[in-house]
Amino acid sequence: MAELASTRDAYGKTLVELGKTNKNIVVLDADLAVSTKTSLFGKEFPDRFFDMGVAEQDMMSTAAGLASCGKVVFASTFAVFGSGRAWDQVRVSIAYTRSNVKIVVTHGGITTGEDGATHQANEDIAIMRAIPNMTVIVPADAIETVNVIKSLVKEHGPAYVRLSRLATPVIYSSADYDFKISKGVTISPGSDVSIIATGIMVSLAKVAAQQLEKEGISARVINIHTIKPIDKQLIIKCARETGAVVTAEEHSIIGGLGSAVAEVLAENMPVPMIRVGMMDMFGESGPPQELLEKYGLTSNSIVLAVKNVLKRK
Amino acid sequence: MEKKIKELEEKAKVIRRHIVEMIGRCGSGHPGGSLSAADIITVLYFHILKHDPGNPKWENRDRFVLSKGHAAPVLYAALAEAGYFPKSYLKTLRQIGSSLQGHVDMLSLPGIEMSTGSLGQGLSAANGMALAARLDKRSYRVYAIIGDGESQEGQIWEAAMTAGHYKLDNLTVILDHNKYQIDGHVEEIKGIQPIADKWRAFRFNVIDGVNGHDIKAIIKALDDAQRHKGKPTMIIAETVKGKGVSFMENRPTEFHGKAPTKEEVIKALEELI
Repeated sequence: MAELASTRDAYGKTLVELGKTNKNIVVLDADLAVSTKTSLFGKEFPDRFFDMGVAEQDMMSTAAGLASCGKVVFASTFAVFGSGRAWDQVRVSIAYTRSNVKIVVTHGGITTGEDGATHQANEDIAIMRAIPNMTVIVPADAIETVNVIKSLVKEHGPAYVRLSRLATPVIYSSADYDFKISKGVTISPGSDVSIIATGIMVSLAKVAAQQLEKEGISARVINIHTIKPIDKQLIIKCARETGAVVTAEEHSIIGGLGSAVAEVLAENMPVPMIRVGMMDMFGESGPPQELLEKYGLTSNSIVLAVKNVLKRK
Repeated sequence: MEKKIKELEEKAKVIRRHIVEMIGRCGSGHPGGSLSAADIITVLYFHILKHDPGNPKWENRDRFVLSKGHAAPVLYAALAEAGYFPKSYLKTLRQIGSSLQGHVDMLSLPGIEMSTGSLGQGLSAANGMALAARLDKRSYRVYAIIGDGESQEGQIWEAAMTAGHYKLDNLTVILDHNKYQIDGHVEEIKGIQPIADKWRAFRFNVIDGVNGHDIKAIIKALDDAQRHKGKPTMIIAETVKGKGVSFMENRPTEFHGKAPTKEEVIKALEELI
């Protein structure tokens, strides 16, 4: 079992580290600072931290106003609220204006768990990806989260970063790997099929690939941390070299990573493909691990999808 | 001062002429809510705001946000008159490739501080600018105009709570209180009264009953707002939708989002001499 580390802890700590040298960083939260870990920044730099209360729409447009005066603004809440609740504010105030606002949300996907369907963002990647100018990122682990946050501060413009509630298996041994926004990462080589995953599903894709290897199937594992702009070249290369693709995401199969990969392949390199993800339905309350099992977001689901897609090769 | 007021009255007339002409030419736009705000915008751009049309990004400039973004023509007219761009450019309103978008776009036009159009968002953005001024210990002020219909947006009240909570006394908000929205009279659609009490309850210093077409009264209210410490100020400006063009004043809902015909433009310009 891989070591676990929390992506939201990594976010909070990185914000504090960056805040020490970059006095332009301002952080906003909407009454979830303890959960999103922006409270760490608030404790260290109270003058540059604003709790906007339960008012996500106001928070997003306020962030744009601060950014228009030269601030590097981080705005955090849960994924459902940062995407759906404030979608129009993100679209007009932040994306249309190409504001330097980084929307970093936690509690993405079904692993939000016991809070139930209202709080499980299974559609956020789809709706954020549809907005022009918006970069959409789902880090695979805590180490990648640090790389993402540090890279975003160096680039002007809006971004949506989706983190998890749960501690996530650590993929990378150190932050010193070839990380670049929009550039996919090959986690392990393989020649029969490519498993293209994002977020917590990257670790499950690794487990699936190990299982498949025992059965004589060579599966390549790719981490697509940046869903928009997506690494087209890498996806096309994988399809060309392995001839079949399975995508895996903790998100609806409509509009997320699976859709983005399908769009690339359909226009450039059509190969047999299966999407593993949340079916077109709402979740429910329950322990995260049990929910992953019930809704088919497991390494076994990926293994099964690989076997099925290979039949069509 | 009397001379200055006379000048501003003349300037407001010029701005009204631009509004009627540009909306008439392109055949769409919002004349009613642009004309109602013309005197307030004139006082802001030609008397109150510290700004430099030659250096639109001057760091200590006062910020103005047109939260009721559909009144874009009145702001375009003021910016052109102030020298941000040539007046001839007003002809391009709402045309493909123009910076004069149907609703204001900060990336394409110098002088626009925030892109607006989806109501309620501009006031929150103005709060952000006021907070930034405080963080940077800068003396600039932030001004925002909101509309009556816009006051039905939940975000206006979220933003009001923010400004009140953070005691943003470097912020002045003006309500262009013309009493109409697209579908009719505000109080018949979904009433916003008692509006002054609402803003007081949200911890604003409220200056109400200001005649939004009386240059002297507008100046006094804006000066008073600037002097008030410890709270943001809301100026409730009593205005008339379509002000300055008799037949638009009498048919406020018809001229919310509809352009005048060629004949109507000629008639309107005759009244604005």
